[in-house]
Amino acid sequence: MPDFGPLSFKVPEPPVRPGDEPDFSDFEVPKAGTVRRPEVDADADDMKDLATTMIRVLNRDGEAVGPWAIDMDREVLLHGLRSMLRTRAFDERMMTLQRQGKTSFYMKCTGEEAIAIGQQLALSQGDMNFPTYRQQGLLLCQDYPVVDMICQILSNARDPLRGRQLPIMYSSKKHGFFTISGNLGTQYIHAVGWAMASAIKGDTKIAAAWIGDGSTAESDFHAALVNASVYKPPVVLNIVNNQWAISSFQGLAGGDSATFAERAHGYGIPSLRVDGNDFMAVHAVSKWAIERARRNLGPTLIEWVTYRVAPHSTSDDPSKYRPREESEAWPLGDPVLRLKNHLIGLGLWSEERHLQAEAEFDEEIRVATKEAESYGVMGGGSSARDIFEDVYKDMPPHLRAQRQKMGV
Amino acid sequence: MVQMTMIEAVRSAMDVMLERDDNVVVFGEDVGYFGGVFRCTAGLQKKYGTSRVFDSPINESGIVGAGIGMAVYGLRPCVEVQFADYIYPAYDQLVSEAARMRYRSAGDFTAPITIRSPCGGGIFGGQTHSQSPEAIFTHVSGLKTIVPSTPYDAKGLLISAIEDDDPVVFLEPKRLYNGPFDGHHDKPARNWTSHPLGEVPEGHYNVPIGEAAIRRTGADVSIITYGTMCFVAEAAVAETGIDAEIIDLRTLLPLDIETISQSVSKTGRCLVLHEATLTSGFGAEIVAQIQERCFYALEAPIERVTGWDTPYPHAQEWDYFPGPARVGRALRSLMEVI
Ligand SMILES: Cc1ncc(C[n+]2csc(CCOP(=O)(O)OP(=O)(O)O)c2C)c(N)n1
Ligand SMILES: [Mg+2]
Repeated sequence: MPDFGPLSFKVPEPPVRPGDEPDFSDFEVPKAGTVRRPEVDADADDMKDLATTMIRVLNRDGEAVGPWAIDMDREVLLHGLRSMLRTRAFDERMMTLQRQGKTSFYMKCTGEEAIAIGQQLALSQGDMNFPTYRQQGLLLCQDYPVVDMICQILSNARDPLRGRQLPIMYSSKKHGFFTISGNLGTQYIHAVGWAMASAIKGDTKIAAAWIGDGSTAESDFHAALVNASVYKPPVVLNIVNNQWAISSFQGLAGGDSATFAERAHGYGIPSLRVDGNDFMAVHAVSKWAIERARRNLGPTLIEWVTYRVAPHSTSDDPSKYRPREESEAWPLGDPVLRLKNHLIGLGLWSEERHLQAEAEFDEEIRVATKEAESYGVMGGGSSARDIFEDVYKDMPPHLRAQRQKMGV
Repeated sequence: MVQMTMIEAVRSAMDVMLERDDNVVVFGEDVGYFGGVFRCTAGLQKKYGTSRVFDSPINESGIVGAGIGMAVYGLRPCVEVQFADYIYPAYDQLVSEAARMRYRSAGDFTAPITIRSPCGGGIFGGQTHSQSPEAIFTHVSGLKTIVPSTPYDAKGLLISAIEDDDPVVFLEPKRLYNGPFDGHHDKPARNWTSHPLGEVPEGHYNVPIGEAAIRRTGADVSIITYGTMCFVAEAAVAETGIDAEIIDLRTLLPLDIETISQSVSKTGRCLVLHEATLTSGFGAEIVAQIQERCFYALEAPIERVTGWDTPYPHAQEWDYFPGPARVGRALRSLMEVI
């Protein structure tokens, strides 16, 4: 074959590494308000452009502009901002607990708060989220007892999960929060199956599936898409593209070849790419996708573009693989600051109220942490008996015998 | 010889093999630029380039499946699955493909791939960072399964695994990465720097696949174990003063039944230890083979001390982990049988 030279192997590389200047020059940010808003019953075929652009509502002056700037209840807006602040206070305090050796592990969602909270506030009682470990906002914007969350993190006597799960792997059916798996991607197909069941039973509930950019590589993600494509169940398929998966940049999940939103096109699923640091855009697009699901129009995939400001977890040091300053250079800014400015512009909020709210949540979480710590830290207060419960509904004889042998 | 941790030993094995054999490639999640979440591949991409050592998408069936494809081409991939707890998506590729390829093609196609993965508990990692799934691999015909317990063995066995013409599952007890952990979690951690088995040749050497090591010779009881439990056994023996022979299997399959049966025939008593759950665990196979060969030499029923038959808990890790106290109790009760 004289016409062909030797092949070569390609491995994607991020534009910069530690020591380099952060570089987002290839990252296109359309002006807020410029992306169209199709009717909810529009055909997947007629909105393919929305998977390669970025829906944004809040402009640089903090105004909500364009077709996605929907009328929003002031209570939702204020609750959204307050929940984001609460989540931040929670994350900070839990990091401290880990550094103090009171918990083995923690993961923050700094910079991504608008996404879980903006969507949860568009969902209804009875809907079910199938989250990853970075959607604590789903619980923190609801009435889930924060002391219980901390007890789970401390794995103590009041841990609702009885010491069985790694910290932050919460579970609460009542709050529409499916038990978190440590195995990436598995929940995505569960969400699709749950939504199929809702349709089979003629119910009105919908599901929300969550996954990270890196985890879209897992086979279960693709299984979810093909099932969603075939059965058109009422599910919102969220991809949180925070640019990183531990040390792997989004290009290693194929993000440089096509956007994550474009994954849906091969399956004929409507798909939108959205500024995930823009609470107004998150809420508006979530409402749109949720309405489609409720009207039996089927699944919608949404790529939320954001940035993982924090280390992957308490076991990670991101300065080993990305420039330290990268998160400050991130072009989409801080979701808290952007919503804050918007609300101040509307006259619903002020610098003073912001400071007050920060102090209020700091205090709330401090007090809750103190209470939770009184039930034990780092596994203290847990019961060895609990090891054997819930393996099965009824404990089989061999487990009974083992428990006896342990002497508990 | 240099003193190495098990992490350094594993890295050194890959380094040696990347250097010696152009067909060796190393990849997995966070393995390339970053050098792996446990640092086992640190520096290798820089040394050998991105075509030999690289990051992969987060897809374990893809890592193993692509590895098999490369092996079929003629490469010798050594891939990493970040935690053994995440190996299940790759199970079909291992069981239905890698394990049977030689058989179904009558030797026309083979898959000389090595799958490395950290296993075992002791790091407060909860159910998805603590499992010991070795038995689901030993149950599969066509796979070899290795669990080293020292830096010396880890390097020599990993080199043998990469050179082996059949697929090998290589499980690295993560609690041994930095030192010999004996189950006394409340005592200061020991490291490999002063341990004789932390002394490792810098260059190429083999520890043969399929050969057990006798860690301690003894007359009264044989302890058959592998991985972290080797050191738990040592601690229990020291604490009980019972003169036990400790056999570190190193390779689970093919099993060195000769060494085991010689020992049990000598001592007449046997304790089988592993971290993994009891029922259908690898211990069951060991016990079955011992009774086939040593029935008339046995003076007491063979005992097993293992993880309980439940998922691996988080808070109750030290109630779950079969530590030296439980092992000591079993040893004493074994010795009481007359
Ligand atoms: C099946 C499986 N493989 C690997 C891991 C290890 N792991 C945990 S989180 C993570 C990165 C996930 O990145 P992404 O999906 O982008 O989510 P993010 O952490 O950015 O929110 C990896 C590789 C795992 N938990 N499960
Ligand atoms: Mg990510």
